Amino acid sequence: MLGFLQHPVVVTAEVNLNMVALTAVGLLSRLWQLAYPRAVVFDEVYYGQYISFYMKRIFFLDGSGPPFGHMLLALGGYLGGFDGNFLWNRIGAEYSSNVPVWSLRLLPALSGALSVPMAYEIVWELGFSHCAATGAALLMLIENALITQSRLMLLESVLIFFNLLAVLSYLKFSNSQKHRPFSPRWWFWLVLTGVACSCAVGIKYVGVFTYLLVLGVAAVHAWHLIGDQTLSNVRVLCHLLARAAALVALPVLVYLLFFYAHLLLLYRSGPHDQVMSSAFQASLEGGLARVTQGQPLEVAFGSQVTLKNVFGQPVPCWLHSHQSTYPMIYENGRGSSHQQQVTCYPFKDVNNWWIVKDPGRHQLVVNNPPRPVRHGDVVQLVHGMTTRLLNTHDVAAPLSPHAQEVSCYIDYNISMPPQNLWRLDIVNRESDTDVWKTILSEVRFVHVNTSAILKLSGVPLPDWGFRQLEVVGEKLSWGYHESTVWNVEEHRYGRSQEQKERELELHSPTQVDISRNLSFMARFSELQWRMLTVRGDDSEHKYSSTPLDWVMLDTSIAYWLHPRTSAQIHLLGNVVIWASASLATLVYALLFVWYLLRRRRRVCDLPEDRWLRWVLAGALCAGGWAVNYLPFFLMEKTLFLYHYLPALTFQILLLPVVLEHVGDHLCRSQLQRSLFIALVVAWFTSACHVSNMLRPLTYGDRSLSPSELKALRWKDSWDILIRKY
Amino acid sequence: MLCATSRLLAARAASALPAHSRGRGLAPRSRRRELHFPGHPELPPGDFLAGRFARHSVPAGRRAVLRRGRMPPAAGGGLAGSELRPRKGRYGSQAARAAGRDVTTEAATARSPKRPAPPSSRRFEAAGRWALLALVTLTSFVTRFHRLDQPPHICWDETHFGKMGSYYINRTFFFDVHPPLGKMLIGLAGYLSGYDGTFLFQKPGDNYEHHSYMGMRGFCAFLGSMLIPLAYLTVLELSRSLPAALLTAAFLTFDTGCLTLSQYILLDPILMFFIMAAMLSMVKYNSCANRPFSAPWWFWLSLTGINLAGALGVKFVGLFIILQVGWNTLSDLWHLFGDLSLSMVTLGKHLTARILCLIVLPLALYIATYAVHFMVLNKSGPGDGFFSSAFQARLSGNNLHNASIPEHLAYGSVITVKNLRMAVGYLHSHRHFYPEGVGARQQQVTTYLHKDYNNLWIIKKHNSNSDPLDPSLPVEFVRHGDIIRLEHKETSRNLHSHYHEAPLTRKHYQVTGYGINGSGDSNDFWRIEVINRKFGNRIKVLRSRIRLIHLVTGCVLGSSGKVLPKWGWEQLEVTCTPYLKETLSSIWNVEDHINPKLPNISLEVLQPSFPEIMLESHMVMIRGNNGLKPKDNEFTSKPWHWPVNFQGLRFSGVNDTDFRVYLLGNPVVWWLNLLSLALYILSASVFAVAVQRGARLPAEVEGLSQVLLRGGGQLLLGWMMHYFPFFLMGRVLYFHHYFPAMLFSSMLTGLLWDTLLRLCAWSLASYPLAGCVHTLGILSLLLGTAYSFYLFHPLAYGMVGPLAQDPRSPMAGLRWLESWDF
Repeated sequence: MLGFLQHPVVVTAEVNLNMVALTAVGLLSRLWQLAYPRAVVFDEVYYGQYISFYMKRIFFLDGSGPPFGHMLLALGGYLGGFDGNFLWNRIGAEYSSNVPVWSLRLLPALSGALSVPMAYEIVWELGFSHCAATGAALLMLIENALITQSRLMLLESVLIFFNLLAVLSYLKFSNSQKHRPFSPRWWFWLVLTGVACSCAVGIKYVGVFTYLLVLGVAAVHAWHLIGDQTLSNVRVLCHLLARAAALVALPVLVYLLFFYAHLLLLYRSGPHDQVMSSAFQASLEGGLARVTQGQPLEVAFGSQVTLKNVFGQPVPCWLHSHQSTYPMIYENGRGSSHQQQVTCYPFKDVNNWWIVKDPGRHQLVVNNPPRPVRHGDVVQLVHGMTTRLLNTHDVAAPLSPHAQEVSCYIDYNISMPPQNLWRLDIVNRESDTDVWKTILSEVRFVHVNTSAILKLSGVPLPDWGFRQLEVVGEKLSWGYHESTVWNVEEHRYGRSQEQKERELELHSPTQVDISRNLSFMARFSELQWRMLTVRGDDSEHKYSSTPLDWVMLDTSIAYWLHPRTSAQIHLLGNVVIWASASLATLVYALLFVWYLLRRRRRVCDLPEDRWLRWVLAGALCAGGWAVNYLPFFLMEKTLFLYHYLPALTFQILLLPVVLEHVGDHLCRSQLQRSLFIALVVAWFTSACHVSNMLRPLTYGDRSLSPSELKALRWKDSWDILIRKY
Repeated sequence: MLCATSRLLAARAASALPAHSRGRGLAPRSRRRELHFPGHPELPPGDFLAGRFARHSVPAGRRAVLRRGRMPPAAGGGLAGSELRPRKGRYGSQAARAAGRDVTTEAATARSPKRPAPPSSRRFEAAGRWALLALVTLTSFVTRFHRLDQPPHICWDETHFGKMGSYYINRTFFFDVHPPLGKMLIGLAGYLSGYDGTFLFQKPGDNYEHHSYMGMRGFCAFLGSMLIPLAYLTVLELSRSLPAALLTAAFLTFDTGCLTLSQYILLDPILMFFIMAAMLSMVKYNSCANRPFSAPWWFWLSLTGINLAGALGVKFVGLFIILQVGWNTLSDLWHLFGDLSLSMVTLGKHLTARILCLIVLPLALYIATYAVHFMVLNKSGPGDGFFSSAFQARLSGNNLHNASIPEHLAYGSVITVKNLRMAVGYLHSHRHFYPEGVGARQQQVTTYLHKDYNNLWIIKKHNSNSDPLDPSLPVEFVRHGDIIRLEHKETSRNLHSHYHEAPLTRKHYQVTGYGINGSGDSNDFWRIEVINRKFGNRIKVLRSRIRLIHLVTGCVLGSSGKVLPKWGWEQLEVTCTPYLKETLSSIWNVEDHINPKLPNISLEVLQPSFPEIMLESHMVMIRGNNGLKPKDNEFTSKPWHWPVNFQGLRFSGVNDTDFRVYLLGNPVVWWLNLLSLALYILSASVFAVAVQRGARLPAEVEGLSQVLLRGGGQLLLGWMMHYFPFFLMGRVLYFHHYFPAMLFSSMLTGLLWDTLLRLCAWSLASYPLAGCVHTLGILSLLLGTAYSFYLFHPLAYGMVGPLAQDPRSPMAGLRWLESWDF
């Protein structure tokens, strides 16, 4: 019973001093003087505003990446007690005392520091020597661009951290696969792989490339597993299911979790509301919710409504009309109907109100009980302020001549009869008898006479139309497009029969109350879709560059300049490391092809296990570089040097792998080997030296004289700032 | 026909031969025609294959008995008359073929003894095959040429390609985003059929009247009809099964989309013809792999190359078939390379042969098409403005042709300055100011594509206003790095820039015309620099690529390429960009040059060489393609619409009184294709996993799975290659872009259903009548497709009468999707 007492309690600890030392210097290099400079540095101006939004719980929309990265940065702010009160308006602005700079920058710095021992672990797990592993870690340690990027409130270092974590945990998992599958350790690393992958994707979309790489390697391993006939079918199935659950299902869940937390945290309305649909806006506290709070849900005959276009491009706007008419003759000589203009107007206005009228009756008020409008009903839309009816006819629209003009009908007593009947088509209906609902229903108006569809063409009208957006009747209904879809935003039941009273009513705000809740999945899918489609300003930037500039470091970014001295932070890599890493990739590729061809001819230069190790190292490191670099050639957004850093880390991992291979296998004699080691030492020393020379630009702590700066400008394309005194 | 089908079916089914699949190194490589009763001496004892091989070495005469004994009712064995037995050789070797081409040289040793066969039945067989092919071809020609002359007006893109055909006949230069071969062929067809190039092809709906258009349409319809025999032969080669080939042919013949697309003057039939011909010759040459360097091998290899050149010469999407052939060639070489019995010299020969036939030959042909293109089009035409000044000098009728102007720029010269970016035009100004609120209220500076007097500028020294044309003064050349002033000739205002934001690109500075009679301020000074030149060099007209750098702000003169609003007459914005990036939009060249003090020299010497012309026209084409961006609120076709046949294209006619043609795939065929893709992926992965798990499949199934994995794999690859890249394209996409992929998908469907039905018949072998499953299945597919074609044929052959929304229309019941608007 008390058998366990018969043995002494023994704790054996194995401490890898290499790891400890590397972690320590990693922390030192990244955390040293972290709060300096106490000013906004480069993209901090961009991420900072989102941190403030998080602190104030205000909803925002950022198309640059999923919310996890922003949330991590905000976590730093939360831990440091930041209240969000800082105006992130320009680079170089001094931080006020309420901004906890140190804790805001802590998380990226920690991830940057931990990447150093992780590089060690990865190379070791790949089956290479401790020496190579230490080399990889040291290269990560002294790479200036990585240091600069991780010491600031930026996301690249966090992304790199999770990329490396995903690769490392997959390696640990696949190494434990041989000995103890389904052990707790096996499960731990498998699950961690999945989680790390989804974190990487959650920080920036480019993380998806590393995820795909890991998935690809896992798929190849799984395929070998299927071919392993020593395993029973059930066991193979278990293996496959475990992988599918941990590497596919789990990341999806974690990714959804990020959005769940994001939407949970941000519940107040803010400046980016306009981009979202009315339903989404109404789910936020304040903003539209305050206006629409208490509106009746079902649109009835006699309802007063504002109609918002769902597509909202180029700007969100509402169906609008006003007293002015279309000009008799356009500038290009075409004629118009000279009837009242109908436009789309991007501001709230009393002229945006329309009344839904039953064509069979004359009254413009809601009956008691209200008669709801259903899918397929024919309605007329009466403009509230002018009581004219929405009309379209076979007249070319002002700026889109292939489509019909939409107007509010004015009876000129000429042979142009009113054509003002519209059939209601609820796009997102569940059944054909659905009721038209405020905010929730997305509807199309199909013209009864011509089957044209009311559409926002998005073209701004000339001066006669006050630069409002053109609305047309689209004859060629090429299926579904969001620009033909409208939804009711503000809504109330009209009560006044008299025009004067009605006008008064239109001017007064709406009341009543119903709560409207969107499900999480609906909010998630809308937010995700908007994030992917929102258009950033694609204008060129002074420091933007092309992917070709990155490989040999032909570009740089000035991050920050001291307001008085010439101390500055500059994103500049260690040229020696960049060049030799690119060279190592090339050498790897050539050697790989050479070995592959020789093996095909049954000449095995490497023993089988060495070969497999060499292939795996290449697949993860060279592959990691390729998947993180090559896709940028296809991207059309503005690119910067720091986009290359994730690819660079993989290249750095490959560098000692290639060196060790060359030393072990290509240097035949002892003399060659000694010579090679001497070369490597010399090369590493020069890398350290370069790193040290660039240190003032990395940390920005020392002001250099113009001549020193000039001396550092090794390439003409580096824009090192030199003050003219 | 049905009779013939079923007999061939039976023959094929009865002859499905057991074969090896995984014993790759040992697989005897048999020639197609001979059946392999391999007498390979080194069979591994104990291998499961060995038993099978042993059974094969039974003398041929007894095989039928053996087979029948084993699975008598399977796959209509009873139907297979013994007179059909010789065909076994032809169709039975599929598995052997499919098993890979590892051991080429063993083919010779593995040849089976010729079996005696009654020559009459063999002849009958061959005749039957030819008859079937002829029948397929005939049906396709009949369907394609039926009512080819209807409608007698321009349909859809005929307005472009017909027009371009006319340009070739008239020899006027034009610009198009596609390579020239397709349009040249159209032009040639028109020329040969007596079309004189006088029809204007203005807009869809215009009547052809007396102009002869049938030659051009007939040519396209001819190539479009050829698609079906090509697909038939490809599937036959891949599956060795007539029913599969027949199914494919039926799917394509009865597809309204393919039919419509083949009947008009378009590039697509030409493109698809070359794609399919390349595919067929690739497959044929794969089949010849066991007889390398034989005449048929060379023939098919070089034919592949020729067809590749054709495909790329018609449209750039021909690149996808090149990629597919490239992939096939690489894997082929890889197999050969792994074959240790081949010496390096032989491998070198293989490699050289492929480089010659698949790279050098197509490239030469492709370049030749361009040579012809530039030779034929030697007159100035509507395409001039898209090209650089030097290029225009080639065209007779252009004002730069044979023009003689002074070569080096001097002070006092009157010049026009052209932006190097495509379709941006000349630096321009006019007597209109920027409107209120748009920067400073000074004179507008824009770029303009047409030539007029407002494009003329006088080049002056920055510090003296003396007339440099005064004969007493010596000629002073402008040199690289000089500070100059550009004075607008018509309005005498200087090119000027300052720290105001540009009208559209807010991060750039505004460029204006400033000053009175040439006197302005220091913001009018520009430094002129030549790209890649040393300081102090003279500046050449046309050839020098120059930049104008504003002296005060340090910005570079460029055009953003954005269209100004009405107030700017919809000309393009000119800005001064503070980012000193070397992009084409900030590089200019001098085009016209007038200076009475300098001698004119002939510009002949400045004409670009042929490689330069090639390069430039490619750059212009690629940019033109990228420039076809969809606008925000336009309905555009999305790639995911296509396989589901979501929406068609109106070829002709809108109203109910018009003659309407609507490009839409036959939904039965298309949805079957879609289903088959999913089925294929499912069944192929089941087989692949089974093989990887080491499952031992029965010989029949083994053979079928090889057809499915290898033959089907190639077709699936073809489909993916011709479909997925469209998801990455930013340009405007249309429904008809899917048709090359659709051809591959249909071939896959034919192959898949035949194989699946065979599998079905095999697994039901113990039941009576199981043999009919296959026959009945194929028959019902054929008839179903034919009937759906009968239903939908008005889409292609034209409809008149009420629209389909109208319940009175005969097509109303066929509007299965709401998005079809015929």
